[in-house]
Amino acid sequence: MNPMFWLNLAVMAGVTYLIRMIPLAVFKKKLENERVQSFLYYIPYAVLGAMTFPEILFSTGSVWSAAAGLLIAVVLSYLEKGLLTVALSACGGVLAVECLLEYILPRFI
Amino acid sequence: MDYEKTSTDSRVENSFRTGLKDGVPIGLGYLSVSFTFGIMAVGAGLPIWAAVLVSMLNVTSAGQFAGLPLLAAGSCIEMALTQFVINIRYALMSLSLSQKLHRSVSLIDRLLIAFCNTDEVFAVASSKKGEIGKRYLYGLILAPYFGWALGTLIGAAAGSLLPELVRSALGIAIYGMFLAIIIPPAKRHRPVLKVVLFAVLLSCVFRFVPGLNQISSGFSVIICAVAAAGLGAFCFPLRTNGKEDAV
Repeated sequence: MNPMFWLNLAVMAGVTYLIRMIPLAVFKKKLENERVQSFLYYIPYAVLGAMTFPEILFSTGSVWSAAAGLLIAVVLSYLEKGLLTVALSACGGVLAVECLLEYILPRFI
Repeated sequence: MDYEKTSTDSRVENSFRTGLKDGVPIGLGYLSVSFTFGIMAVGAGLPIWAAVLVSMLNVTSAGQFAGLPLLAAGSCIEMALTQFVINIRYALMSLSLSQKLHRSVSLIDRLLIAFCNTDEVFAVASSKKGEIGKRYLYGLILAPYFGWALGTLIGAAAGSLLPELVRSALGIAIYGMFLAIIIPPAKRHRPVLKVVLFAVLLSCVFRFVPGLNQISSGFSVIICAVAAAGLGAFCFPLRTNGKEDAV
């Protein structure tokens, strides 16, 4: 491997680690302010919501298969199924719709 | 009602086994995501061992995908900026997690846990009632860490054997995990639902409105999350000691 690879890898891992490490190491005390506490309580939901939409619709081969996966994931999550069940069922839904679009529908059109 | 919840909130989750159990689904889910990374890394010209090394040193999905083309060809500054923009959301997560840790979690433990504070690890840790201890966290990060490395190895070594159709279907796995994490609490607590919907709406605006869609996805996630969580904090502040479920 060329030396640039090692240098870039060190920078990549270093920056990623520092971002995660500094707040955890610095904030050892509980923040008392009610607003700040509430803000931090809502952060996980807000981050994951913003990361999921609309990206989920572009995460597979076509928007239609992604929409099917999304629907399955939403229904199963609502029924409080586990992480893995939801993730794999969504993948299964995507696969089914893509097979349909790729192999089955073209025969009839 | 609040009374009872406050009392259960004071317990500390610190069982290694519970952590391990909570981490296994994340680890298995990671297999599919890091598998895709392994395929792409080899496609970009990295040897198999280098792909696995990148995963074991970074443990971050979006950052690794974005950093891949820069590893061999980019400048250090470009790499540092890319990782900063994409991963700065972790600072928010670590800050949020810092408030959830029991005071017995030492600095050394924090330095180690920080290494593997991924989106999903953070989300599952946050979903625990009350405070959490180091044993729970070490248990929690174990399966995701090795799942991430193992998936990369399998993808790099054998990914091209899988048909394109299957690879495409795996792309949705990580978002399925996210939905499984946010929907159950959103169902129970109206304010969480409102915060999520606002974040989703903003995120769509940043993705589709011309001009705004020039902003990188890393920054857009930060802006959306801060705005939505800020709205939540302003409109629906938590009442009892801010721990959880007080809404």
